Amino acid sequence: MSDDTTRGTEATEPVPETFDSSDLHATDVDLTRARAAGDTDPVRIGERRGMFGPSTGTDTSGYGGLRTPILFPGSAEKPYGGYFDELTGTLETALDGAGDTSFGAAVERVVVDRGELTLHIAREALPTVARALRDDPALRFEICTGVSGVHYPDLAGRELHAVYHLLSITHNRRVRLEVSVPDGDATIPSVVETWPAADWHERETWDMFGIVFEGHPSLTRILMPDDWPGHPQRKDYPLGGIPVEYKGGTVPPPDERRSYS
Amino acid sequence: MTTHEDTVYEEIPADEQSPGLHPDLGDGDRDPYATTEGDREGGARVLNATGGDWADLVDEATSLNEERVVINMGPQHPSTHGVLRLILELDGETVTEARAGIGYLHTGIEKNMEYRTWVQGVTFCTRMDYLTPMFQETTYCLGIERLLGIEDQIPERATIIRVLMMELTRISSHLICLGTGGMELGATTVMTVGFRERERILRIIESVTGLRMNNAYIRPGGVAQDLPHGCLDLVNDTVGELRTGIHELELLLNENPILKGRTKNVGYLDLAGCMALGITGPILRSTGLPHDLRKSQPYCGYETYDFDVVTRTGADAYDRIRIRLDEMYQSLRIIEQCVERLKKVTGPVMVEDKKIAWPAQLSVGSDGQGNSLDHIREIMATSMESLIHHFKLVTEGFRVPAGQAYVPIESPKGELGAHVVSDGGTRPFRAHFRDPSFNNLQAVAALSEGGQVADVIVAVASIDPVMGGVDR
Repeated sequence: MSDDTTRGTEATEPVPETFDSSDLHATDVDLTRARAAGDTDPVRIGERRGMFGPSTGTDTSGYGGLRTPILFPGSAEKPYGGYFDELTGTLETALDGAGDTSFGAAVERVVVDRGELTLHIAREALPTVARALRDDPALRFEICTGVSGVHYPDLAGRELHAVYHLLSITHNRRVRLEVSVPDGDATIPSVVETWPAADWHERETWDMFGIVFEGHPSLTRILMPDDWPGHPQRKDYPLGGIPVEYKGGTVPPPDERRSYS
Repeated sequence: MTTHEDTVYEEIPADEQSPGLHPDLGDGDRDPYATTEGDREGGARVLNATGGDWADLVDEATSLNEERVVINMGPQHPSTHGVLRLILELDGETVTEARAGIGYLHTGIEKNMEYRTWVQGVTFCTRMDYLTPMFQETTYCLGIERLLGIEDQIPERATIIRVLMMELTRISSHLICLGTGGMELGATTVMTVGFRERERILRIIESVTGLRMNNAYIRPGGVAQDLPHGCLDLVNDTVGELRTGIHELELLLNENPILKGRTKNVGYLDLAGCMALGITGPILRSTGLPHDLRKSQPYCGYETYDFDVVTRTGADAYDRIRIRLDEMYQSLRIIEQCVERLKKVTGPVMVEDKKIAWPAQLSVGSDGQGNSLDHIREIMATSMESLIHHFKLVTEGFRVPAGQAYVPIESPKGELGAHVVSDGGTRPFRAHFRDPSFNNLQAVAALSEGGQVADVIVAVASIDPVMGGVDR
């Protein structure tokens, strides 16, 4: 499925405004770019310190001062390949025809990575886009298979992401919608009106990440108890656990064990 | 009904008798729970809990002129498939509203996976839907392999073994569904036959993976170890036995008048309902739509196997049972093709790339299952580099390039997919599982409202939810 090999590797130097190119370390950036070849502006979602070895304790590798940006694949350039061009073209016509919002305003980025199409949608345009994707005969994404939250604590202003995986049985296609919101104002319009199947998935994402889905018929916790404080899947929520003693030795809980940068 | 707000906690003055027991019942002074003389002297607080007055509730219900009762079915109920809680509003025997309450088996597996290496994640996700462990492992590994860009480097033998294990698991999952479903209807024989046949499959799976459940057998890049000697003969023999056993189930179920009476036109959900609620798997196929990811979006080489997608058009619980029965025969067909291929295809079962492949194959020694002796000899006696490599890969793990992937597969219950996100590190940044049981349980209301209480059991059994997967 992956068509990395067909894309050129001579991409222009990725220097988006959001990070200083002096931060780059050639080896790791090249490695990342090799994965996301063809990106025009990879998105920096965070930073990794050091090169190898444990991230806790003293710097035994000598590379502890190294800072490497973590880059996610950025916007793809046309042609996207496969059915992606037709899909985005149809969506553009459908949105511009409906008049509520234009394709340019609704779709912030089109990302094609590893043979999967991701549309980054502005949150206010989500209901319109969802309706167009479901109802347009050439799109017909009948099923929203789920909503998955992701928390990027270092992505200032767009920390919380809701990721929708859509399936069109009619055309046998898939597309992923991604909506990002800031931590302080984590509200996204609900798509339950379009896909009733999203009901429990949105409740789970609220429960786990604290994203409020506006217009959801009953946005209550679903997995955690009703009076549970906090949202467990967020990165700032500790895993918890107790140390385990065995034959005189003590194994710390998983989140306090050595991890690698 | 009594809610806890109705409960009154009254503080009883120390000099009063314990009101817990009626004085006429037995010896009031000898009441073991009554306040003792010492309590009274010490001024101990005695709390007495009393519920709302039942007569008041009856009066209230009578004045409304309806016999509406809200009952909790579960989470501890033998007929709700584990810890599923059904909140039913009843009018006599008719269910007017039904809601499912879940979360009683939430174990935080997805959160835990963020604190382990990518390979260790397999050990966690296999425990989600504990009746279909191979499917979670496969979708998770396929996602990692797409992130790593090694999808086309997986050895053919490993892919065939994956298909073999998945189809065996599909049969065992369907057998449990029919067996427990039958037991919930009171048909104990169906249950014993189902579990007896499943035992044959577990025997194979145990001989291959070392474990009956929670196998952690399918790993990123391939599988944990090659099939043991004589395994294909065992599979061949078992296929014949399973055919007989499944046929016995068919004889018990297909034309059974009680079963037909209980399941025909019960739990009806048409195609439009399935689409709206995102239902996949046997429930969707019981509406006549031949949607099966093995055919429509093939993975693991399913397009090269010869099998049919089973559909029926009744859209009720009976047709879902029949679909599961027929699907087991189709799985047996695939298993036979796997056996034929495995006889011809030899070679490694793990990807070539030494930066990803688990350094050792497992083997069974005199002290149980573990790393193969050849490997131990190599790292402990011959090659320091191998030891370092083994240590780094096992403790630190491999890095997965940043990005996200979603590779759904057709589990026995519907579309199962893992949304895996990597930040380029040695651990998953996020792993979210789209479990079919979780999604399909949303249909409880649509399937059971307007029916009888007894039909709720049938409707839930026809969804085949496994709470380990629902709550994760």
